[in-house]
Amino acid sequence: MEFTVIAESTGGSLHSTTAQLVGAACALGGSPTVVVPGGIGAEEAATIAGVSKVVSMVGDCFGSFDGGAWASALAPQCAGVVLAAATPIGREVGARIAAKRGVAIVQDATALAAGITITRPIYSGKAVETSTISGDCVITLRSNAFEAAGDGGSAPINVVDQSADVSVAVKEAIAKASERLDVAEANIIISGGRGLGSKENFIHLEEVADMIGAAVGASRAVVDEWGLPHRMQVGQTGKTVTPSLYIAVGISGAIQHLAGMRSSKYIVAINKDPEAPIFGVADYGIVATWEEAVPALKAALAAL
Amino acid sequence: MTIAVLLKQVPDTTAKITVSGGRVDESAVSKWSMSPYDEYALESALQLKDSGGEDIVVITAGPARCEKLLRDAAAVGADNLVHVLVENIGALDSTQVQALLAAAVTNSGAEVVFCGKQAADTNAGSTGPGVAELLGAACVTLVSKVSADGDGYTALRPSAAGSERVAVSTPCVFAFDKGRTEMRRPNVRGIMMAKKKHIETLTAGDLGVDLGAASVTIISHSPPAEKPPGQKFEGADSVSTVVGKLRDEANVI
Repeated sequence: MEFTVIAESTGGSLHSTTAQLVGAACALGGSPTVVVPGGIGAEEAATIAGVSKVVSMVGDCFGSFDGGAWASALAPQCAGVVLAAATPIGREVGARIAAKRGVAIVQDATALAAGITITRPIYSGKAVETSTISGDCVITLRSNAFEAAGDGGSAPINVVDQSADVSVAVKEAIAKASERLDVAEANIIISGGRGLGSKENFIHLEEVADMIGAAVGASRAVVDEWGLPHRMQVGQTGKTVTPSLYIAVGISGAIQHLAGMRSSKYIVAINKDPEAPIFGVADYGIVATWEEAVPALKAALAAL
Repeated sequence: MTIAVLLKQVPDTTAKITVSGGRVDESAVSKWSMSPYDEYALESALQLKDSGGEDIVVITAGPARCEKLLRDAAAVGADNLVHVLVENIGALDSTQVQALLAAAVTNSGAEVVFCGKQAADTNAGSTGPGVAELLGAACVTLVSKVSADGDGYTALRPSAAGSERVAVSTPCVFAFDKGRTEMRRPNVRGIMMAKKKHIETLTAGDLGVDLGAASVTIISHSPPAEKPPGQKFEGADSVSTVVGKLRDEANVI
């Protein structure tokens, strides 16, 4: 079976998901071609074990993001089963490449087996779907759900200068208000809910976050009622996150919130209500007020 | 200018999802609602209508129950209602759904399409970009605000550095993320008018779409894996114990 991996880059180098896509292709017996938009990270891609060749795409259209233009430039390099990351860019480019080739796409797979059988969460994790897909197709894979291929490869790199018409023009770039880590990217997240009492009390979570390199998240209730930025929202209408550690402070655990964070590897819940539903998904539950527990958390982390 | 808004009816996000006989049990769904991101798309279209007089056609593909969705959209101001009647929408793959919706958009004469960034049931996000590809249109995803700008539109989308304002000309598709304004509530007059509003019901055949066979086959649905029960502690004194476990048992800090 032929596999094509669409690479992704971040901050000038290869995104960690690319090696995971290669790992997934290899686990199905493939020896993928890695297509690198903009050529960013092509040398690194060539060193991933199991890669048969790297196609470094250097067209002008890769200077900014236009999913349509990218798909037009990349599609001629795509053959067989195309794997992309289930990131915003991977999902959009994947969907356009699939439509262009007239093949189906299945998004956000968390496991693949021969066939190809695809496992993916639906209803934001309230259920799991198992499906099979036949013939050429596009599948996007959830970050950190697949084992990354190792290094030690030395695949040849073909440079292809192929552009396409850009129809999305960037007029103005607006810098981020804060340099805080995004919940979708973070390995540790500390989130607050209504139990914190007010928006101002998020400062305490930020202090904890700074100690352990965490992102700060929030429940839908406080995003809507206290006007926190939507990018902080974890849950069904916010971000679905799968960090190694998720600390929920003063969050009761509405079904929509649980849907967005229940796949986290470890969950710590701090809540004064021992009956709060959040304790149902917590690996470590602490029945305490945040006023007592958060300072204790800071002290314990400082003592590590 | 006509804006087509693609809507999907999904189990309300507060509804419990139950699995029975290897399939999500739709008959057990307590409440069906407009997919939340589609609400932001519709509200944004309504705001453009308020300021610029755009005509709004709402399009959904799905079974008979979706009529309510269209009437709800009419009650807040949608001008024309199109129902692509598909009994088992869940069995169609992305290619089939996109072919139907793209044909319905073409049929409506709209040159601008608004939709949610993903539906709350399948969580895929393939429809916006896929329909754009079939229409030969530009697509901007994860937008939070779209404004008319001369013959085209500008939109705000997230970027690695923060956010960016982008400009596109028609034909174009915008896939909405959560925006600043919730969808407006209908008034009594709107609800009454919506009841009488004509719904254009179309089949795949009417649209000239040959669906063919799906290349994705759903084998089963299952409930999410149960987590083993966690450990529970009383009082803030236990925090240091938990931090120790996070380091020694879980190895996450």
